[in-house]
Amino acid sequence: MNSKFPLFPEAASSFAHHVDTLYFFLIALSVFFSVLIFGLVLFFAFRYKRKPNAEDPKPMLGDLRLELTWSIIPLLITMVIFVWGGLLYYHQLTPPANAQEIFGIGKQWMWKFYHPEGRNEINELHVPVGRPTKVILTSEDVLHDLFIPAFRTKMDVLPGRYTQIWFTPTKTGTYHLFCAEYCGTKHADMKGTVTVMSPLEYQGWLNGELGQDRMDKTGKELFKQFACQTCHQDQSLSRGPSLTGVYDSMVLLNNGKTVKADADYLRESILKPKAKIVQGYDAIMPTYKGQISEEQLIQIIEYIKSLKEPQKEVN
Amino acid sequence: MTRLQRKHYINNGYGALSWFLTLDHKRIALLYLITATLFFALGGAFAIAIRLELLTPAGDMVQSETYNKMFTMHGIIMVFFFLIPAIPAVLGNFLLPIMIGARDMAFPKLNLASWYIYMLGGLFTFVAMALGGVDTGWTFYTPYSSTYANSQVIITALGVFITGFSSILTGLNFLVTIHTMRAPGMSWFRLPLFVWAHYAASLIMVLGTPVVSITIILVALERLFHLGIFDPALGGDPILFQHLFWFYSHPAVYIMILPAMGVMSELIATFSRKRIFGYSFVASSSLAIAVLGFLVWGHHMFVSGQSMYAGLVFSILSFLVAIPSAIKVFNWLATLFRGSISLQTPMIYAFGFIGLFTIGGLTGLFLACLAVDVHVHDTYFIVAHFHYIMVGGVIMAYLGGIHYWWPKITGRMYPEWWGKFSAVVIFIGFNLTFLPQFVVGYLGMPRRYHFYPEEFQILNVLSTAGASILGIGYMIPLFYLVWSLRYGKVAGPNPWNAKGLEWTIPSPPPTENFDGTPEVTEEAYNYGTNHA
Repeated sequence: MNSKFPLFPEAASSFAHHVDTLYFFLIALSVFFSVLIFGLVLFFAFRYKRKPNAEDPKPMLGDLRLELTWSIIPLLITMVIFVWGGLLYYHQLTPPANAQEIFGIGKQWMWKFYHPEGRNEINELHVPVGRPTKVILTSEDVLHDLFIPAFRTKMDVLPGRYTQIWFTPTKTGTYHLFCAEYCGTKHADMKGTVTVMSPLEYQGWLNGELGQDRMDKTGKELFKQFACQTCHQDQSLSRGPSLTGVYDSMVLLNNGKTVKADADYLRESILKPKAKIVQGYDAIMPTYKGQISEEQLIQIIEYIKSLKEPQKEVN
Repeated sequence: MTRLQRKHYINNGYGALSWFLTLDHKRIALLYLITATLFFALGGAFAIAIRLELLTPAGDMVQSETYNKMFTMHGIIMVFFFLIPAIPAVLGNFLLPIMIGARDMAFPKLNLASWYIYMLGGLFTFVAMALGGVDTGWTFYTPYSSTYANSQVIITALGVFITGFSSILTGLNFLVTIHTMRAPGMSWFRLPLFVWAHYAASLIMVLGTPVVSITIILVALERLFHLGIFDPALGGDPILFQHLFWFYSHPAVYIMILPAMGVMSELIATFSRKRIFGYSFVASSSLAIAVLGFLVWGHHMFVSGQSMYAGLVFSILSFLVAIPSAIKVFNWLATLFRGSISLQTPMIYAFGFIGLFTIGGLTGLFLACLAVDVHVHDTYFIVAHFHYIMVGGVIMAYLGGIHYWWPKITGRMYPEWWGKFSAVVIFIGFNLTFLPQFVVGYLGMPRRYHFYPEEFQILNVLSTAGASILGIGYMIPLFYLVWSLRYGKVAGPNPWNAKGLEWTIPSPPPTENFDGTPEVTEEAYNYGTNHA
């Protein structure tokens, strides 16, 4: 954001340069075909300009070999772009297992980010350089979209479920953060900055605000407040399944299917408990829909995440 | 001053009623021409206001609420009331029956009804504007449109819903007319490519439009009665809306561009005096586009939260739909090769089409390419891309067609110098408007932003400067075409010495088009056969 008149965005994430390389390839391809096509049009227009009283030229009906040539060559080129773009897309959408998780909530017209260590921020996002970071996102109202041009990534933010975006920042600095999905009157105001810091600075920043509880600690209090522990105990006879080690593990359901107990699954189980029932348990849990805020949800999820059994293998 | 002497469709009856109750496809085409031009002027005025606001980074001209309503009305008017009907309802209506040797459409009354339905839809849109306008964007994304927006969503949506029926009926009329009213000897592979293109576009109109109509009704039901369809707070799914909306609205682009390609084939053939190279490939590529076009809607949703694997499937299908478009461009090029090319106004427009459509098509590859789309989705890159196709491509072909058939429609020639001049002005203005938007989009400027960071300003100023040139370019033909109605040179039946049934009858044509039933004995674009 230094230059007054940039023509190209800064590249500050691990895949930014890969996206740019593909982009330059596409530009080169486009220039080649544009010059070829415009060049031929202009050349033909002058070379075959109509002469006064000229007879009409001989008709040329067509040529199968030519048709095949200019169908197959573009087809092959587009398939190269497809595979290249597809592989990179897979990379852009698949966070590594060791990614640090941050939560983000969008609402008309602001962003709020929650760090597990307890620090929250509005319209700003602080992340450490060099560490894979995943932001789990949801909306309290309409659609939004978290867009960080310098990281070459964006993802829609939806009410009623979680989506995620991930990146590994590679360069310290301050970058734009935009809402890219039209969300109403002050859509253009729903923007902020991403600050990429050195890990040490980031640690200092995390500790910078006093009196903030870690999210899992707040979540534990909420867990008690909503009386979750009356059923979800670590005992074999409890009415609800144990939650220890459940986060990101595979859960067997009473319909024989298995699902991954990720944030979205936990969220659904709290708001729509009857949707998926763990095998061996009855569908007796009441819904917490309308009683629990998005903020409380992510705190409880963060608490559940913290319930780990060291001796048990967790996938 | 020369006069047109005999009886023709324009002087066959005077007075308002002779126009408002006409069943003549040519008169209905003129009704569409006048009303679509008015809608274009209105949509264009919104565009100019948007570009003026974006001249500075601050939102200093209007309130955000007003700005959002401006880009919404710009989109709705241009897409539903100008681009979709423009070529089919004006040029298609006028020419399609004549090109196949028929006296009128299969259903003349339905044809007139289509125009009234279109006007009724327009009326609803005007009422919505008078009551304060709508701010959802032309895409009506939920749950904003169905729950949160405090503007005239229902009335506007009804306007779009009603206009959809005009499109469906026009498409139906074209399909039945092409199937049942072809003159003796006019076999399918003797049809002008203009007719093939309209056939393909009509398939989309008939099959696709009902889906968007249903979708709009569902939005209205959720908004009015809180039925949970799209809003998660009511148990709905916002991505469902996007699937339904784009299932129509992506093919809708082909409703616009296919007829434009049809016009292109006519222009290229006439002004290079050659049969279109690879006629059957150009004809069948229209059908391929119509069919494949129904399978690519999900490329609007690569970062919507739909499954990654769905993204992969929609990406590969989107690349496939690029091939038939490439086939058309290469066949036009091959037609120019060893042609006898004259650069009159319609041909300048045709070249402009090739230029803008090529850029629009190639930048479409960036968007079909998943990883790049993640970055440029919902930025000005995509705004630039779809304007190159929908505005650059379609309006170049539309104006090219208007100039080409103007002598047939009015009996008089337009002034040639002014024609060429406006075509060049439009081409330059268009590129200056939209090329900078690719750059500012890749930089990261999101679309639908009332104000923006300062470093984007220079590119926005260039774009606004281009828009003012473009605006002037679009206005010039309005003046000289009206002027030519009275002072233009009398054209005669075939000023281009072109092939095609429309050039065998007087200009302007008589109400019944042909004296008797014409018999077709030769292929389309039968130029240069004296060599054989």
